[in-house]
Amino acid sequence: MTQVSDTEPLGAPLRIAFDYTRSLGPSLSRFATALREHRVLGVRGSDGRVHTPPPEYDPVTAALLTDFVDVGPGGEVVTWSWQPKPLDGQPLTRPFAWALIRLDGADTPMLHAVDAPREAMRTGMRVRVRWSPEPTGGIRDIACFEPEESAGASPTPDPAEVTMITTPIELAYWHTASPEESRFLRGITEGRLLGQRCPVCGKVYIPPRGACPVDGVPTTDEVALPDRGTVTTFCVVNVPYLGQRLTPPYVAAYVLLDGADIAFQHLILECPADEVRMGMRVEAVWRPREEWGPTLENIDHFRPTGEPDAPYDVYAQHL
Amino acid sequence: MVNDVAVIGFAQSPSVPVTDGTTNGVEMLVPVFERALAQAGLPKSDVGFWCSGSSDYLAGRAFSFVAAVDAIGAFPPIHESHIEGDAAWALYEAWLKLRTGEADTALVYGFGKSSAGELRRVLALQTDPYTVAPLWPDAVSLAALQARLGLDAGLWSERDMAEVAARSRADATTNPLAQLSGKVDVEELLGTEYVADPLRVHDCAPVTDGAAAVVLAAGDRARELVGRPAWISGIAHRVESGSLGVRDLTTSVSTTASAEAAGGVDGVEVAELHAPFTHQELLLRQALGLGSSVRINPSGGVLTGNPMFAAGLVRIGEAAGRVFDGSAGRVLAHATSGPLLQHNLVCVLEGAR
Ligand SMILES: [Zn+2]
Repeated sequence: MTQVSDTEPLGAPLRIAFDYTRSLGPSLSRFATALREHRVLGVRGSDGRVHTPPPEYDPVTAALLTDFVDVGPGGEVVTWSWQPKPLDGQPLTRPFAWALIRLDGADTPMLHAVDAPREAMRTGMRVRVRWSPEPTGGIRDIACFEPEESAGASPTPDPAEVTMITTPIELAYWHTASPEESRFLRGITEGRLLGQRCPVCGKVYIPPRGACPVDGVPTTDEVALPDRGTVTTFCVVNVPYLGQRLTPPYVAAYVLLDGADIAFQHLILECPADEVRMGMRVEAVWRPREEWGPTLENIDHFRPTGEPDAPYDVYAQHL
Repeated sequence: MVNDVAVIGFAQSPSVPVTDGTTNGVEMLVPVFERALAQAGLPKSDVGFWCSGSSDYLAGRAFSFVAAVDAIGAFPPIHESHIEGDAAWALYEAWLKLRTGEADTALVYGFGKSSAGELRRVLALQTDPYTVAPLWPDAVSLAALQARLGLDAGLWSERDMAEVAARSRADATTNPLAQLSGKVDVEELLGTEYVADPLRVHDCAPVTDGAAAVVLAAGDRARELVGRPAWISGIAHRVESGSLGVRDLTTSVSTTASAEAAGGVDGVEVAELHAPFTHQELLLRQALGLGSSVRINPSGGVLTGNPMFAAGLVRIGEAAGRVFDGSAGRVLAHATSGPLLQHNLVCVLEGAR
């Protein structure tokens, strides 16, 4: 059906990381501050049950809950599972047990890790908190739980009010380009600009897409495009930001290659920012060949060709 | 008077461990739309409302569902919506649109490329972000905690769980789109290693890439288009507390309440249950009050193919399929979302109306 399925799609690892910072509100602030002081807090619900971690509102009646009580640090394993190969970010790096633990004085159990040999784990076993040597205010101030009989001495607490938590989140992916994008990326590695034409509406997309967004069918015919075109619209970047490569002001523009029906974004350099205009004719300035890879960054920027501007009609349908 | 709404078409991609396609699902969706619309006899241009379910966390990119709209061909402009969750809930949104007469046809789709990331770790981010997610409890470990609660309480045994796995794979031998199928011996299953004691590999749904689409139509439009629409006689969903400790994890009160609100299980002949772990099927059967005469998951269920964010919608499509082919008159589909069956949807479908 297509001419593009005979090659493996390109892929690359993608790691996404973000430190989520969250304000805690009154209940969780008290919980986190207490953890930093090596105390565990629960809150009494409308039905008298003590919940930990303390919900702000009753799980049944949704009433605001404010009757805080100390629970733990000892408790009983209500259920457990075994983690033979700990995953990134989990409380322990050696095999451990997950458990729901009902702390002394609480009615509902909380989730945490238990550092114990596999053979020692059983429902109903007694465990107690092992505090983290470096408290930050949060659930990770409990390093894990350990069997009560083997509990060691705790480090000294660090009393300070906690109103925020920061949770680093990191996920790893194998990110795959579509077959059509892969053709484009292989082409540009050789300095060629390959678009594809929709079999229904005839529009030429670069980079090509898995389906024509107008017709919802895969694009098929490959079209080689020149490395010159027309500025359809642009903006002057005046704002500095993290990771910026150029010093403002500079121009980011949509460039419509001759023969294409969709513009892509690139830089317009080698002329003052205030001279860039809609309809300006531009050409690609390629990086040295030895720096080329499967990326549109092989084109360092576009520069004016000096040709007369394209009439508005030529690009009016591509804005 | 509000409109009656029926399922009139369903298609799904093969359930596979890895696809070559992108995380936006376009490559999987194009053929699925074609087949679902062909079954419904509905031209793409006549679809009144499009609604999808997927997850940016699974795709590893923001607004990943926007690229999926390419598979629709969204010109002239279409009426479209998306939910971050299983597409069974997108179907609920579409059902409301049709009930209120805002549209008379809809196409609902879901997709997920679970293989791109580490699914059990991605799902840890469904948990409470203050006191649970910072521990990164993966989905398999959490399910194992729930399984042991039931084992300790005598609600099910490891053998009962293995029997669910064996029955599912045997049923999937007649489902060419299943990822796992075949005759397996329960003794052999019980002899395998734990992946997360008390769960073994066969107790956990496989990691699956896939997509699915369901076509809905209202009233006379449904009658015009197909001979035997699967009428939605009831659909409802309920959610439980985000705090794991306050829930009774050995049952599913939200499933029970959803089924009641959807008209109850009396007369249901076939049930497609969205149970990614063997013990959860046993738990759901109890929560729904399904007797031994009810045929459970003739498709093989998600234990034989679990396309995330499409798998709940697939349950509705598979159940409707039993009505389309005349093998059942009243069927039930269940979908779940969130950790340990936190949020549940029940949809009851009927032939004659
Ligand atoms: Zn087209």
